[in-house]
Amino acid sequence: MNRPLLMGAVAYDPKVVTIWDGFRRWFADQGLEFDFVLYSHYERQVEDLVAGRIDAAWNSPLAWVRTRRMAPGARAAAMRDTDRDLTSVLVVRGTSTVRQPSDLAGGTVASGAVDSPQGTLLPLGLLEGIDVTVRRFEVGVGLHGDHVGGERDAARALAAGDVDAACMLDGNHLLFSQEGTLPAGATRVVAQTPPFDHCNMSVVGDHPLLDRFVALLLAMDYADPTARPLMDLEGLTRWLPGRETGYAALEAAVDRVGFYDAKGAVTAGGYEP
Amino acid sequence: MATSPETPDGVGPEVDLGSLGLDGGGHLLLDHALAGMAPGSRLRVVGGGPHLGVHLGAWARRRGHRVEGHVVVRGDADDRRQEGAERAGTPDRVADRPPATWSLAARGALVELGAPPLVGADLDRREEVWTELAPKLYAQAAAGQWDPATAVDWTPPQLPDEVEEAVVQVMTYLVENEQAALVVPARFVGRVHPHFREVVQFLAVQLADEARHVEVFTRRARLCGRQLGVSGAGGRASLQTLLDEPEWPVAAFLLSVLGEGTFLSLLSFLERHAPDPVTARIAHLSLQDEARHVAFAMGHLGEHLDADSELRQRLAAAVRRRHDVLARTAGLSDAVHDALVVLAAGEWSRDAIGRGWARVAELQREMDEGRRRRLVRLGFAGAEAAELSALHTRNFM
Repeated sequence: MNRPLLMGAVAYDPKVVTIWDGFRRWFADQGLEFDFVLYSHYERQVEDLVAGRIDAAWNSPLAWVRTRRMAPGARAAAMRDTDRDLTSVLVVRGTSTVRQPSDLAGGTVASGAVDSPQGTLLPLGLLEGIDVTVRRFEVGVGLHGDHVGGERDAARALAAGDVDAACMLDGNHLLFSQEGTLPAGATRVVAQTPPFDHCNMSVVGDHPLLDRFVALLLAMDYADPTARPLMDLEGLTRWLPGRETGYAALEAAVDRVGFYDAKGAVTAGGYEP
Repeated sequence: MATSPETPDGVGPEVDLGSLGLDGGGHLLLDHALAGMAPGSRLRVVGGGPHLGVHLGAWARRRGHRVEGHVVVRGDADDRRQEGAERAGTPDRVADRPPATWSLAARGALVELGAPPLVGADLDRREEVWTELAPKLYAQAAAGQWDPATAVDWTPPQLPDEVEEAVVQVMTYLVENEQAALVVPARFVGRVHPHFREVVQFLAVQLADEARHVEVFTRRARLCGRQLGVSGAGGRASLQTLLDEPEWPVAAFLLSVLGEGTFLSLLSFLERHAPDPVTARIAHLSLQDEARHVAFAMGHLGEHLDADSELRQRLAAAVRRRHDVLARTAGLSDAVHDALVVLAAGEWSRDAIGRGWARVAELQREMDEGRRRRLVRLGFAGAEAAELSALHTRNFM
């Protein structure tokens, strides 16, 4: 008998247990032997995936970049519909005289954690060649920005007048404006990244249940009342086939800041998940 | 806002958010416009403030739509969320057996699937809990609420010591009976399926009624600064049998039809023969509430008995069983009985005590007649009604 297909996920929030425990039961109902293990940060999850200790990993985009460098044969097997075509933005206060990124020269820009693709690595690319001081809000280091706290703290610093600009995901600018972290109508977006893709289900190796696992993910139906609450928690309305073309900007950002080397070794200074 | 069915270039409908951004409620206009469109349809969005270009994609992504520039391509997540949803019956008619999956949903609501079913609401059969009187009685109950602070003039009366002492003893007895009348329905109200909304509402107000009765009888007992009276062991043993009854219709029968029914006579007696206006007033106010409780129990038990012919035997058996359990207890304590006599006497004299004694004897006849009348209305034959009435606890409740 095959051993169950084993997937890794990072426990960035208690709901991760609810989500994957629920999906585990759902897979069992479909006859798939599936189990999961939780990691406290993405780096160990990637290392275990590459080493074959797990068969699949629910990976952040940065974890995918590292996986691909460590295991060139890795595949992005599936992703959420909400993982495609995200953007990050550079935001200033509405009263700011800043009209374009270059106007921030000499100023201070707030970002998310050092390892946040959407809160730090990608939006800071909008400031390449411009002399700014970056003030990082290191919430959940090792979680690759899954914890929204760093971006929220950056937004708070902007609203408080402590920084000249802040970096955040487009959806988080909407969220922070709706919830009042950023006063509605009191901020201005001065730059927006091109679209990029976010998480994916990274797989390495050839576990005999992998195809079945991916087929079941793609067949998961938002109309299914047993799956829908879990999909709501995980933030998707359907699973899509993995797309590997949406990570080029992040690859470039990783190289720009020296986060990983070409083989996937962690080279970012002071990065301690 | 303006929503047009077709833009001039013919690419599809358009919604104009004006200056309203998606961070200020603009998504409501989008939802409204998209609701009437088929999946795959395209909605052009104009206006929306300076952040529309940033927010539209983020909003659409989360809702399962796609965007192409400022055009939203409607997804089907909203439709799929509703798939399999069903109405929790209709607002004006209760279902015979509402499923646990309707849970706490309002009657008639569109119930999305996917939530855990309601646990513990085992009183879920129409014939068991429902009465067509429930909406009317609930409305009466809600309208009939009174405030003990303002509905009663709490000026302490000047009564002879012996009479005041009797009043305090009767109040002490009433408080523990009202406590039981509060706890018994409280144990069942959470077990009634919320689909039978008016029943739950009625019982909730019944609890509030009993809470108020506990308050006013306690307040009257302490009004003149006396110690409270005796809580007899036999009385409490009798009340404990009510608390121990696990079956809803049986508990409702013993408590509300027989117990509170008997209390209608007692409260009426107290109102008629009260030696002071405070006692008369609180008896009057409580009597109105208790009459509603009895009417409700008569209503749902009557309809339950129509549907379940064996229930009548179970109710009769419960009265006999309770009588047997209490056979070795004193029932109404002498202290309470004698206090009723002195209260009805109104003064400490031989003649008055004689009058009080006769009035209490008459009260007990009235109580028996009332019980038999209600039992007959529930379909018991006259002889069995007389037998069961006689077996009812001597503690009255």
